[in-house]
Parts: sequence; C-alpha cells; structure tokens
Amino acid sequence: MSVSHLIKSFTLWEFLKAHALTLKYFFKPKVTINYPFEKNPVSPRFRGEHALRRYPNGEERCIACKLCEAVCPAWAITIDAEPRDDGSRRTTRYDIDMTKCIYCGFCQEACPVDAIVEGPNLEYATETREELLYDKAKLLANGDKWERALAANLEADAPYR
Amino acid sequence: MTETFQDWGMTYEWAWGLATLAGVLLIALPLMLAVAMIIYMDRKVWAAIALRRGPNVVGPFGLAQSFADGLKVFLQETIIPSAANKGLFLLAPILTFTVALAAWAVIPFNSGAVLADINVGLLYIFAISSLGVYGVVISGWASNSKYPFFSAMRAAAQMISYEVSIGFVIICVVLYAGTFNMNGIIVGQIGHGLGVFNGYAFNLLLFPMWVVFLISSLAETARAPFDLTEAESELVAGYQTEYSSMSFALFWLGEYANVLLMCALNAILFFGGWLPPINWEPLYAVPGFIWLFAKIFLFFFIFSWIKATVPRFRYDQLMRLGWKVFLPMSLLFVVLISGWLMLTRYDCGDAGRVYVSTVPVTEAGVLYRDGQSAANLWDGRCVDDLPAVEREFVS
Repeated sequence: MSVSHLIKSFTLWEFLKAHALTLKYFFKPKVTINYPFEKNPVSPRFRGEHALRRYPNGEERCIACKLCEAVCPAWAITIDAEPRDDGSRRTTRYDIDMTKCIYCGFCQEACPVDAIVEGPNLEYATETREELLYDKAKLLANGDKWERALAANLEADAPYR
Repeated sequence: MTETFQDWGMTYEWAWGLATLAGVLLIALPLMLAVAMIIYMDRKVWAAIALRRGPNVVGPFGLAQSFADGLKVFLQETIIPSAANKGLFLLAPILTFTVALAAWAVIPFNSGAVLADINVGLLYIFAISSLGVYGVVISGWASNSKYPFFSAMRAAAQMISYEVSIGFVIICVVLYAGTFNMNGIIVGQIGHGLGVFNGYAFNLLLFPMWVVFLISSLAETARAPFDLTEAESELVAGYQTEYSSMSFALFWLGEYANVLLMCALNAILFFGGWLPPINWEPLYAVPGFIWLFAKIFLFFFIFSWIKATVPRFRYDQLMRLGWKVFLPMSLLFVVLISGWLMLTRYDCGDAGRVYVSTVPVTEAGVLYRDGQSAANLWDGRCVDDLPAVEREFVS
C-alpha cells in the first residue's frame, strides 16, 4: 500500500470527488417528462390502440376480406361477414381481443383498404378484463374519435410504404 | 411550564405531570411532521441527483406526498403471517418507534428548552439508540421467515460494531466538554474554533472524530451505503419484508426519527447545537431552535446526498471499516485528546489546582469542596485556566 493511497483513503478523496460530481447533477435541469401533463412525441408508425376507419362519406372501409384475421399471429381477431341489403360485403362482427393482441401491426399492413389501423393512442387502460374485448362498435367509435390523427399518420408514413 | 400550571392552582405533582405531558406532545407531534417532510426531502434530493423530479403531484410541489402515503398505509390491512410469533411480531414495530421517539427527550432545542435536562443526557441517548436494534432483531425473529432473519443478524452485528466507535467518539467530545449534559456540551462549544466558530468540529483533534461519527451514524441508522439490513437486491426488504400497513409505517417512522436524531447529534456534539455557527453577537438574536433545525436540515441533506452517491458496502467491507479502521482510529484519538488536555488544560505547574463543582467529592478519605485545592482530581481545574470571575471566587 503506497503512501499516496493511504493519504487518499484517509482524506476520503474518492468520496469527496464523487460527491462533488453528484452535487453538480443535483443542480442540473431535470430530464423527467411530467407524464400526465407533458407527453413525449409519438412516431407516425406507433402501433397503439386499434381503430376501424370510415370513408369520408361515412361508409365503413372494412370489406370483410379477413386478411387481418388470417395474418394475426395471436389469433386475436374474429370476423363474421354477410352481404348487406345493398349487395356490398360488410362485416357483421369484428372483434379484437386486446388481451391477446401483441401489437405487431400485421393487421394494418395486411388491410387492402386501410380499414383496420393501430392509432397513436396508448392510454386505454381499463379496470376490468372484459372492457379489453373490443367489438365492432367500439372499434368504429375509436376510428371516428381518432380519424384526424390516423389520417395524418397514414399520410406521413405513406412515402415509406 | 410547571410553574404556569401551579399558578392555575394545581398541586406540584399534577402541574409537573401535565407540563411533562405537554412537553412530550410538543416534541413528538412536530417530530412526526418533521419525519413526514424529511421522507419527502429524501426522495426529492435522491431524485434530483438522479436527474428526476421526485414526488410533485400531491399538494404544492408534492409536499403532501408523505401524508398521502401515510393515509394509504393506514387504510390497509395488517397482515400477520400464520407462522409468525404474533405477540413479538406486533411488538417489534412499536418498540422501534417508541425507542426512536424516547431518545428525543434529552435533545436541547434552545438554552434550557429540553424535556429532561439530565446530567447523563449523552449516555441516555447512547443507551436508547442501542435499544433500537431490538426492534429490528425481534421483527426478524418473529417474522419466522428467512430473509428477515438474515437481516436481523446483520443489523445486530452492524449496530454493535459501529456503536463501539461511536462510544469512543462520544468520549472524545465528553473529554473536551467535561460533562455528559447536552446543554453543557453545547455551551462548552462557544467560540471553540479560534474564538470565532462555535463547534468542536473546528478543532483539529476533534474534526477527524466528527468524520468518524458522521460515517458511524450512517451505519448506526442503517442508511446507505450501510443499508445492509434492507439490501433489496439480497434480502427483499430486510426485516420489514413480512410487514404491512401501520406496522410497516411504524418501522418507517422510527427509522427516519432515528436518522433525524443522528443528524441532531451531529449538530449538537460537533457544530454547537442551538448556537449560531459563528460566535458573533447579532447572530444570537436568532432563536436557538432555528439554528438547530438549520443544522439538522443540512446534515439530513448530507445524509441524502451520500445515499444518492455511494453504492452499498459489502458486508465484510462494513465489518472491516468498523473494526479495523474506526475502532483503532477512535481509540488513538481518545489517547491523543486526553493527552493534549492533560498537557494544556490540567497541567497546572506551580499555579495549583482547585476543585470546581457544587457537589462535594471524597477521594482517599479527603473531602473536596468548591474552591478547595485539589491534589489530583481529574475534574480539578488549574487556577490560571479559570475564568476571571471564578478565580476571584476561589481566592
């Protein structure tokens, strides 16, 4: 044990240096986002809560091709379809089990008409499990609620698709 | 306060009892409030050093966070493990909490503002703070669970190791002060540092002892970097693992009350307690308790600062520091300090030594009274060394 080591140990030199450093950090501006009040920007490609979109005239986009149901690796999507009175093919049932969903985004990539999309919303925690079993009405409502953000995101990401 | 109650027509016994009760409440209730605020401060300082914000939602600046936590804990159920020793299991947190509060009885908040102005105040604190480990050991044993038991074993060994060096540090201070009375120790520090600073820490011989005391008090209260007893990566939560609800809160309150006590002891023993830091007349206009609180606050900041800076010690390092560094070092300083005092304070040469105390003392069949020349009594003072007023009284 050298003399300098002994002096360093007994004057607690390393400790003092460490404390000077932490005191510097004590006065630095804080990096925390004040979450519920401030939010981080979200990428247009963010895969959040699902939504079923409509055309501008109010007609629902989904044509019940069931590509999303087929591609879904978690088997979270269930679709029933019947021809409507006007002859167009539409879903009678479109369920997504959000507890099964792994948010891979395959459904939105598979969709030929940009009907099912994953939106920017990530704050949809529920108090019961049942609330996470989304049906068609819930998904369409989501689509109506988030349409502006969804359309903007799709447009922003379109050049890369 | 006793006199005030007597003026209202009470007998002395009733007045004394009521005055003591009022004093206890006057100390314990603000202490609980202080503990809540200090937990908040601990979290804030820790967060700030980690570049986080810390609690800032409940109340203005998150000031009410501790109270919200307390309320939450209060409303929960106390779970007693079926294999636990029920009586001891419930006794342990109560013991920790009570002991942590009891030590505050002899802490002087201002000149004369002390609940129990006993002559052996420092010994009382030493004894009471040693009792604190019983709460930990009993809880570890009564939980009937492996990790709490490990934690209790660690706590017992740790407390014993560091109490030894704390004891020697206290002896150093007492040698200088010549009394165990807390107020006496504080008054002895007036102008101790070059006649300018109030506090024993400004003495070259006592400064290293203060450093030893500060580090030992971290170990004594099981705070980081010596929080081996609740090392969460090894022992879940240590001795509190099986505790919930109010019993858990009592541990928490007791722990932080102990931390505050150690901060107060640092302030009182080495930085002049309720004295202003600088011996300058206008500063004495500020009430003493404000100085004491400012010092406690500063020391708690240092405690939090250390907690946020240094990583946890390994157990063998902890033991090595206690027994191989602090013990020999503090022993050496007891020898150095007593030698220095014998040279400077008690070496009278031809001037003669007089006994200064209102209590007569007998040694070897000879009775020594105040002002009588003392042959070799350790508490006899040199005539030259006495303040002018007392010297006149002696001769």
